[in-house]
Amino acid sequence: MAEPESTPGDGGRAPSGGLRVVGRSLPKVDAVAKVTGRTRFADDLFLPRMLHCKILRATTPHAEIRSIDVRAAAAMPGVAAILVGSDLPIPYGILPVSQDEHTLCLDKVRFIGDPVAAVAAIDEETAEQACRAIAVEYAELDPVASIEDALDAEDPQIHLYGDGHNVHKAVAMEFGDVDAALAQADVVLEDTFFYEGNTHLPMEQHAALADWRPDGKLTLWSSTQTPHYVHRALARVLDLPASRIRVIATPNGGGFGGKSDPFNHEIAVAALSRRTGRPVKICLTREEVFYCHRGRHPVLMWVKTGFRKNGSMTGMHFRSFLDGGAYGSYGVASTYYTGALQTVTYPVPAYRFEGLRAFTNKPPCGPKRGHGTPQPRFALEVQIDKAAERLGIDPARMRLDNLLPAGSVTANWIRVGSMGLGACIEKVVEASGWNAKRGKLPPGRGIGLACGSYLSGAGLPIYWNAMPHSGVQLKLDRSGGVTVFCGSTDIGQGSDSILAYIVAEVLGVDPFEIHVVTADTSLTPVDLGSYSSRVTLMTGNAALQAAERARELIVGALAEKWKVPAVRIALADGRALDVEDPERSVPFAEAVVVAEAKHGTIGTVGSYTPPASPGRYKGAGVGPSPAYSYTAAVVEVTVDPETGETRAEEVWIAHDIGRAINPVVAIGQVEGSVYMGLGEALMEEMTYRGNRNVVHRHPSLLEYKSPTTHEMCPVHTFLVEDPDPNGPFGAKEVGQGPLLPVPPAVVNAIHDAVGVRIDEVPVTPQKVLAALKRKAKGEEAREGPKSTPDFAWPEPVRVPPPEAGGDGRAVDDPRHIGAGGVRGSVPGGSVTGGVPA
Amino acid sequence: MQPGLVQLTLTVNGERRAVTAPLHHTLLEVLREELGLTGTKHGCELGECGTCTVLVDGRPVLSCLEIPAALEGREITTIEGMESAAGLHPLQQAFAELGAAQCGYCTPGFLLAGKALIDEKPAPNRAEIVEALGGNLCRCTGYLKIYEAVELAAARMRGGRVEATPEALYGGA
Repeated sequence: MAEPESTPGDGGRAPSGGLRVVGRSLPKVDAVAKVTGRTRFADDLFLPRMLHCKILRATTPHAEIRSIDVRAAAAMPGVAAILVGSDLPIPYGILPVSQDEHTLCLDKVRFIGDPVAAVAAIDEETAEQACRAIAVEYAELDPVASIEDALDAEDPQIHLYGDGHNVHKAVAMEFGDVDAALAQADVVLEDTFFYEGNTHLPMEQHAALADWRPDGKLTLWSSTQTPHYVHRALARVLDLPASRIRVIATPNGGGFGGKSDPFNHEIAVAALSRRTGRPVKICLTREEVFYCHRGRHPVLMWVKTGFRKNGSMTGMHFRSFLDGGAYGSYGVASTYYTGALQTVTYPVPAYRFEGLRAFTNKPPCGPKRGHGTPQPRFALEVQIDKAAERLGIDPARMRLDNLLPAGSVTANWIRVGSMGLGACIEKVVEASGWNAKRGKLPPGRGIGLACGSYLSGAGLPIYWNAMPHSGVQLKLDRSGGVTVFCGSTDIGQGSDSILAYIVAEVLGVDPFEIHVVTADTSLTPVDLGSYSSRVTLMTGNAALQAAERARELIVGALAEKWKVPAVRIALADGRALDVEDPERSVPFAEAVVVAEAKHGTIGTVGSYTPPASPGRYKGAGVGPSPAYSYTAAVVEVTVDPETGETRAEEVWIAHDIGRAINPVVAIGQVEGSVYMGLGEALMEEMTYRGNRNVVHRHPSLLEYKSPTTHEMCPVHTFLVEDPDPNGPFGAKEVGQGPLLPVPPAVVNAIHDAVGVRIDEVPVTPQKVLAALKRKAKGEEAREGPKSTPDFAWPEPVRVPPPEAGGDGRAVDDPRHIGAGGVRGSVPGGSVTGGVPA
Repeated sequence: MQPGLVQLTLTVNGERRAVTAPLHHTLLEVLREELGLTGTKHGCELGECGTCTVLVDGRPVLSCLEIPAALEGREITTIEGMESAAGLHPLQQAFAELGAAQCGYCTPGFLLAGKALIDEKPAPNRAEIVEALGGNLCRCTGYLKIYEAVELAAARMRGGRVEATPEALYGGA
């Protein structure tokens, strides 16, 4: 097995297409720092005279604040400053349309854990004692514990904005005539599904350190995935010019979406540092991390789909009900995302989506790995399994026969580029022995298949602007040193390494010789952040452009000196050489010397903005992406009919990544996604208890069940490489998409094993036993939600699908051009344009 | 000596270190705050996640639950003590090659738990690795690259040139 001639660590496999770095399984550029404990996470930072912050949090889910008395706390020795809501009255929130948070609650608390006061003291113990000495008087309000509660007009309102009584957002849109499409179907299936909420559970507790200086400048180090958005929120709430604020995202000890919002504790330490003139640090306790949340929304779904005998769909009507928790967060985008990507795997000629997000008195939900799409994907892939059973078609065959063609524009005007799902399905069917196993395994053992797709970056920024989504600067000098500057944040996915590999590939140098400086708003050009699986594609394209410009300067200068055409000069293996006279070559550093002498200081820039999407209706901003990844998974399970316990035994997963910039890092993302998907399928749940159902059931790592080594099963990963024209070297995302097929594949496997349908996750033993009991009694062998709440949906935005010849606008948009080239004529029609993703 | 403070002499990574620490500080806090050894991380400070694992006389312990006064005269090993002047420990090398450290936050704890295993069982099988690492949570990797890295490091420590398998590095064909 050992290859004596191989390059250590990469298995010696030569990448394809003349590439020297891209496509090799190299260590990450920060791997040595991480395996030696040298990586400095936010809580590893200590500054002289540093104070420690603790936050007093609400102990009641819904109440008006009558009074806060901090006098006793302020008088305690060692207490430097205390802030309450009125000290920071400016609201903020990640989305411009949901500026509904305050650093510390102003006059009302909305969930147990909502921040009320912040203390800076000489040590954590003193700050904690001071928090206990603060007296808060509350006037209790009835808590809103569920979507049903929220929609009940008798219950108090949590916020005074939104689309109705405790309705944060309600959307409705229709692409084509869905009722007519369903009428043409051979079989119409109508199902309700529930996907329980769960949380990111990063191993690193959020931490932040602020350092205000007397010259009026502020630096904040924080474990954030989105330093650019934190920068904006700090400027807004502190009422400071953004140019005086420097935000440095420290390497994140896990993110998964949970460190993507600007957080109250980040603003609180900054304000406390300004108040005291001393550095102030906070590290949240594990319990507080549960209250930060912003995790997976619990989503109740109803879906009605028409199928033809061959398994193709005629149309789909999809409804989702999101329990949003106490604040907006990314929720408007989350709501749209529960309806956006149903159309990108199998053609859905007519599609109607209705979705609402309710406010409840629980920690706010937001984006977790797959943001708003694993829930509808679960519903869709389980329903397809049911349809295949009903139609007597093999579920893998049914999907293979009905794939969305590459290059399609879907009914909801999403333009898909490369599409490798067919190859993914074939791979996992073959590797898992699907044909020999499905329906043929011993009782209690079963196999299930499901697919998924995800964005390679949101097509629109969170706040409307026409600037690039990602920027890279490159500095080269006579030493031969190359430094890449980019605002992106490494949350463990390897984004720093991707920058180095791509620049190294273009400049022909060793990636481990490159310096990477990232996630510092003073030093690095803006990148929007590590969310929506955008980083490899967007920073990769920006790095590619910057590197190609640097290459041009070097090659041009050398060509002039050597008096040969520039095309004859190649950069490779740390040298510049004349390809027609390879004897003539110089080390890379000497080539940079020639370029620096000719051009002066060498610096180049690159930037990336996604292409415009064809959809131009209200809501069209959520869903578009430069490229879509595709995944197919087969899961084999055992189900114990006595205990109801389900064990995942083995997983086969194939992911269409376009091109793997670094295969071993990509496989790590796939395996991590499978792991997280199995956790969501079988055990993880962010649930509440108490007679009012608003006290977190288990805000601890022990009681919140997540898979340990004992629950994890073998995973066989296959990378399908079908380069996408929009990706750097063809690369698409891999960090989130592979999670999506796992929960539905588990549930489909349970059906194969014991013949029951579990239409909700997590699949606990109780749910399996309940379904088995019904099956034994001859009742419907199913466990899951039975109905959805009554809600008066708004009139849908009607948008003719591309097949109907529209222009991507709603029919009531005055600018709409229909099939016959006739402009819409409804005056005062709805304003089109994207809702930010 | 102020009330509430304690004077200790701890042996950390082979060095005797005199420490004055608040009486209530755990080993985790003494390592990170009094000794500046921030390579030891924390995920819960309640003994639930294994992130703060260090070795005491070669055995893994949760530093967030240890009272440092009880550890005088014992050998404490942290992540900072795993590498040597000669370079990385084979486990560190294997973790780097296989991407077994994603965010890297749980990594010091896994490396030390893995070291304790290999020191006791030079050729651990997969079930033994699963058992030995069962107290450490990782949210990034799904543990699989960690298992492969432990196996690779153990094989290298037993001697011979061993490389990671093509499947581990490039996936199934």
